[in-house]
Amino acid sequence: MKIKFHHIIIALLITASGCKKDNYKAPSVTLKGHLTYKGENINVEANQVPFDVYQPGFGKTGSIRGYFDQDGAYSLLLFNGSYKFTMPANQGPFLWKELGGSKRDTLNINLSGPQTLDIEVTPFYMLRNPQFTTAGGKVNATFNIEKVVNDANAKDIEAVTLYIGKTAFVSENGDQNKAKTELAGSAITSMNNIAMSVNIPTLVPTQNYVFARLGIKIAGVEDRIYSPIVKVSF
Amino acid sequence: MKKITITTMFAALLITGACKKDSEFLDVPPKSIIASDVAFTDPALVLSILGDLYNRQVDFSGLDNGWASFADFSESFPSENGSYFFVQRTGWGFGEWGLYDYTYVRDLNLFIERVTASTALTESEKNGFIAEGRFLRANFYFEMVKRMGGVPLITKSLDYDFSGNVSSLQIPRAKESDIYDFVISEAEAIKDLATNTSDKSRASKGAILAMEARAALYAGSIAKYGVTTPVVTLPGGEVGIPASMATGYYNKALTAAKAIIASGTYSLYKQLPDLSDNFANIFLDKGSSESIFVEDFKANAGKTHAFTTNDQPYSISDEGGDAGRLDPSLNLVEAFEKLDNTYAPLATKDELGNPIYYSNQLDIFAGRDARLAGTVLLPNGLFKGKRTDVMAGYQLGNGNIISSSDASQPQDVPGLGRVQVVGQDGPVSGLELRTQTGFYIRKYLDPTVGSGRRGRGSDVNFIRYRYAEVLLNAAEAAAELGDYATASTYINQVRSRAGLTTPLVLTAANYFDRIVHERRVELAFEGHILFDMKRWRIAHIVWDGNPMTASELVTNIGSAKKRNTQPFGLWPYKYYNPGNANSGKWIFKEVKPAPVTGSNRFQMGNYYSQISDDIISRNPKIVKQPNQ
Repeated sequence: MKIKFHHIIIALLITASGCKKDNYKAPSVTLKGHLTYKGENINVEANQVPFDVYQPGFGKTGSIRGYFDQDGAYSLLLFNGSYKFTMPANQGPFLWKELGGSKRDTLNINLSGPQTLDIEVTPFYMLRNPQFTTAGGKVNATFNIEKVVNDANAKDIEAVTLYIGKTAFVSENGDQNKAKTELAGSAITSMNNIAMSVNIPTLVPTQNYVFARLGIKIAGVEDRIYSPIVKVSF
Repeated sequence: MKKITITTMFAALLITGACKKDSEFLDVPPKSIIASDVAFTDPALVLSILGDLYNRQVDFSGLDNGWASFADFSESFPSENGSYFFVQRTGWGFGEWGLYDYTYVRDLNLFIERVTASTALTESEKNGFIAEGRFLRANFYFEMVKRMGGVPLITKSLDYDFSGNVSSLQIPRAKESDIYDFVISEAEAIKDLATNTSDKSRASKGAILAMEARAALYAGSIAKYGVTTPVVTLPGGEVGIPASMATGYYNKALTAAKAIIASGTYSLYKQLPDLSDNFANIFLDKGSSESIFVEDFKANAGKTHAFTTNDQPYSISDEGGDAGRLDPSLNLVEAFEKLDNTYAPLATKDELGNPIYYSNQLDIFAGRDARLAGTVLLPNGLFKGKRTDVMAGYQLGNGNIISSSDASQPQDVPGLGRVQVVGQDGPVSGLELRTQTGFYIRKYLDPTVGSGRRGRGSDVNFIRYRYAEVLLNAAEAAAELGDYATASTYINQVRSRAGLTTPLVLTAANYFDRIVHERRVELAFEGHILFDMKRWRIAHIVWDGNPMTASELVTNIGSAKKRNTQPFGLWPYKYYNPGNANSGKWIFKEVKPAPVTGSNRFQMGNYYSQISDDIISRNPKIVKQPNQ
């Protein structure tokens, strides 16, 4: 078919008629922050510890589900409005305020512009002063553990694990570590100056650095609490 | 004038012709739909409605769900380029395995109500149909509770009154124990109503009792083992069953199983002298005395499946390259015991670490549980009168291995010239549609001529409930109740059929590992493994997300909590070293196929499948699953 001038006009008209404004703008207000304990970031496994944000009275009743990053960071793009933030039950290596009768505390957030909001929680334990060094094809770590929760909610340490990974994502996830060693909780006699080491396996392709991280498995809690990720060169 | 008269009459005719009432004009009975008051006057029509309801039952692994429904959990390796995600992912989504189909529940409820209301059917016809409808409904609730925990329990059809208020239709989740109680009480109520005795694809007293036994056993173990995972509970009881109810459920399971055993209607299938062939034939013989409730298929009549097409050995395929997708893993193969009831890895090396040479590939599997060769088509195994050609390469005297990317790519072997160095049937890492573990599936594999063709398909039954499982259910229930002697007699019936004739003595110390193991090998690829691991609350231990090593694979066999996160293969190599006594014999190596990069990680949030936000949004009374 020969393209005639009026065909072009028709095509332009059809195209132009699609140029209506959308009904809604995309959400553009940033809500971000970290999981913290007394101002310090709580480190967790990426995409494993979820949180729920609800916007009551608007749209469907379901939650906006988000996940914390490795360093406990979260960020959401939202509309201005009032929201409620809460942690689902049994998630995260920390305590969230319970209100009794299976109700959980919620945080009211009034969003009227970009906002940074840190989420203060009480972790069961904190890894203190982790130091990583390499020697003889090994990564050595020394660290202290602080037991934060000492009341009736206290839980024991099941194990402490030293992970090394090739990338900046390091965790218990099989994809995110190349080697690890485990120290059973029962073998920990002192909470100070704990030392662990892990052999660096053959890395393909070779690289002269690894990323190291410590994690505590708390008995009866699925998510581990981690130390910040440190790049160790050798 | 005449003209005017004619015109007027014509116009009048036209106008009156349109003088029908609007309602009459639109109210034409549809010719393609049979109204429900008509349909429920004739038993044949009711049966056709019931047939549709039977077809809509859901199985976890089903022959018509596709081969991939059998492929997960490291019990097998998926040899198809599009399906490597099974072994490359590091866990399951929370929504995986979900089932929430209230359209079907409503249709079942309507069916039961309409049969009940029907005046044209005889009393015995009505009872029979109602029993079948209630069986299907109870069985479907059982399928839902296995996956979702407590779900809304709706036992009558709900209708919207157009008042603008839907709260009467928003029904909260029942307790998990309530759903199990419903399944059990329905079974008790209808077991003597079922009129069907011969047709195994329809509800019978045996099927109803088998469902009851399994459901009660599941509930009992959730109650008993739920205490080990306190986070997998909800405060309202929608998930989790109190430990105090365990004994009651185990008693019910044992009673129901005993009723089937005592009826004498069913027996273990023992027809063929070769115990492995006999085991494979349970699933092929439609007249099997062992099957209790099946999903039936019929070739050349529209209901067939492609299991054989998808999974037949490559070189024996009826359909060119369509073959070999489901490869049982070495993990599963190692689990089959020796005939003296002990576990041992397949002997690939002696104490010094030197390879052991076998003149026939099948020799390494000799002296094992007959179910091994009945479930798995071993290297050099027989199918349709031909033997599979499984060879990973030549191993030379100097330790060199000569292999290639395909059987059609010959290589130079010193002294032999240019020869085929890998088997027609694999294994080559990453070469799809051939085995990559060294094994093919034998269970359900149809030896009928033409069954592997896409057009014809296979009509092998899928057995949903069978007698061996009833015996294992009875054994487990009895053992959990502390009666190890009775439990041993039940489990030994199943074992002796498999050639394990030395009686096993169950004790408080070994019964758990033994029952977990027995169910794994007897009921492999029958859709049990996920639900078994879930109800014993060991799924997060067995699939803990850690990669496996070959040395880990061959140790600690038979332990219920043994890690099983990555499927392995056993690759046969032909030893070629002229002058050496072992030249021409076979050696075996444990291999992790190259596509296996992930490792199964079962999280606490996987114990109960997610109820989607969409459902919760429509019914805010639904509470979320724990740990999600």
